[in-house]
Amino acid sequence: MIRKEEIEHIGWLARLKLSEEEKELFEQQLSSILDYFAVLDELDTTDVKPTYHVIGITDVVRKDEPKEALEQSEVLRNAPKKEKGYIKSPRIL
Amino acid sequence: MDVKIGLECHAQLLTKSKLFCPCSTDYHNAEPNTHVCATCLGLPGALPAVNRRALRYGIKIALALGCTVQPETIFYRKNYYYPDLPRGFQITQYDFPIAFSGLVRIESDGDDGGKEREIRITRVHMEEDPGRLVYKGTIDTATYALVDYNRSGMPLVEIVTEPDLKSPKEARIFLGKLRSILEYLDVFDGNLEGAMRVDANISIEGGERAEVKNISSFKGVEKALYFEITRQRNLLRRGLTVQQETRHYDEVRGITLSMRTKEFEHDYRYFPEPDLVPIRIAKYIEEVRREIPELPDEKKLRFIKRYSITREHANSLTFDIHTADFYEDVASKRDPKLSATWIADVLKGELNYRSISMREASTRISPDDFVTILTYLKTGVITDRGATEIIREMLDHGGKPEEIMEKKGLGSIGSEAIETAIEAVIKENESAVQDYHAGKKEALNFLVGQVMKHTRGRAEPKEVRTMLKEKMER
Ligand SMILES: [Zn+2]
Repeated sequence: MIRKEEIEHIGWLARLKLSEEEKELFEQQLSSILDYFAVLDELDTTDVKPTYHVIGITDVVRKDEPKEALEQSEVLRNAPKKEKGYIKSPRIL
Repeated sequence: MDVKIGLECHAQLLTKSKLFCPCSTDYHNAEPNTHVCATCLGLPGALPAVNRRALRYGIKIALALGCTVQPETIFYRKNYYYPDLPRGFQITQYDFPIAFSGLVRIESDGDDGGKEREIRITRVHMEEDPGRLVYKGTIDTATYALVDYNRSGMPLVEIVTEPDLKSPKEARIFLGKLRSILEYLDVFDGNLEGAMRVDANISIEGGERAEVKNISSFKGVEKALYFEITRQRNLLRRGLTVQQETRHYDEVRGITLSMRTKEFEHDYRYFPEPDLVPIRIAKYIEEVRREIPELPDEKKLRFIKRYSITREHANSLTFDIHTADFYEDVASKRDPKLSATWIADVLKGELNYRSISMREASTRISPDDFVTILTYLKTGVITDRGATEIIREMLDHGGKPEEIMEKKGLGSIGSEAIETAIEAVIKENESAVQDYHAGKKEALNFLVGQVMKHTRGRAEPKEVRTMLKEKMER
């Protein structure tokens, strides 16, 4: 089971304002997900190496070559608020 | 009370393109949001790809710091929401950084003289830089923030030390040494704004440790740490406890402020970045090792041995690679000891006074110009004062040593002219001459000063003193 305070904390981490109904809904949903992990935990993995990646390839790198950037107007096109070429955002402390 | 300081140093690497996208890193002085693409803006569907040169620079740094480079490295996502982080996570490293456990030697100039100390390096890892937030006024009073993503995705190397530093001064000396090493490796430029940013962990015996974030200049480190230590000492003295917390350094006011953060390590929910595969870096190690040049410590010892210069001079000359190269060029053509004095004591002093780097200065005074000046000096064509005058003039207005000497009339005058000046001074200052005969030592200094005035500094004070004495004793 997950506690309501934990739901609120997770909401805060994602900077989401949750309504009381949403908190209740996520409490149920996240609890059932955690319950399922409890089922997975029953599996004996003593001799299994941890998986960090599911695709079996390694060593993908690129050359250090600069390429053309986006136009500033393009960059700012999706920004709801802008000022002098900057994207405006709420102040967060 | 024992103070323990550990540092997390973030250094921007001098690659041509960013860490995970091909945007140019040449954004200093550029308009905001002009060096960005879908990847460093965090647009949906954009994929990161690791810059090989950045990786090699990271390995180069790790090797130079004596670290053990790992066979394989993995990138992770560190999740948190902040406007400077467009994806909602930073790509960084966690369990499998590029290297562990190194060592940096510093010369801590405590009251007991230059004491060598070893500072252990915990780990070296790579990560991307977030964007830059600009506030109108201060962070407290601004009503909103402006975001520039040009810096987003810049390659950073993070160097973490053990809590081995014992004072703010040592922390400053350590950072100076680190900067010196990174510049020798030609992977970093400390003169670029924001090129090195530091977070510091500080604890005093009997208290919890506090983390101070956002120290963004070399000078800021010592100041921020002094403030924080004083704050903690005052708490302990009043019988209060120092809480484990994260504090923000306000550079303008020179103070640290509690961030009252609700985020803890496990809140970052680190997990392997699914868009980047593991990289087996073992194969780079030997090749990169061969690219490591002679480092400051080795160069210092070689200078002392080869040029018979003092430890202080060797320290001063090897701190910055450009100064070291300049010195070697001059010393190979002229008296190495004289060269050391004139570069470490005179030239560096003049550069500090003008806040110019050696790299900049060498475009105004070439090593060959310097050889010319020292040659004039050694052969008595100019005096110490004349040489200093030429150096100043070249730094401020350019020109060549011979021109300046001619134009400013800096050439030393012959013994005959000095003798004429001495005779005149003796005639004009009878009472001082009497004082000298009466055994007043200051009288001689006064008379030497008068002769120097007469000759407009173009005579060697030592020679004047000897000649004056002879003349008066007769
Ligand atoms: Zn980009």
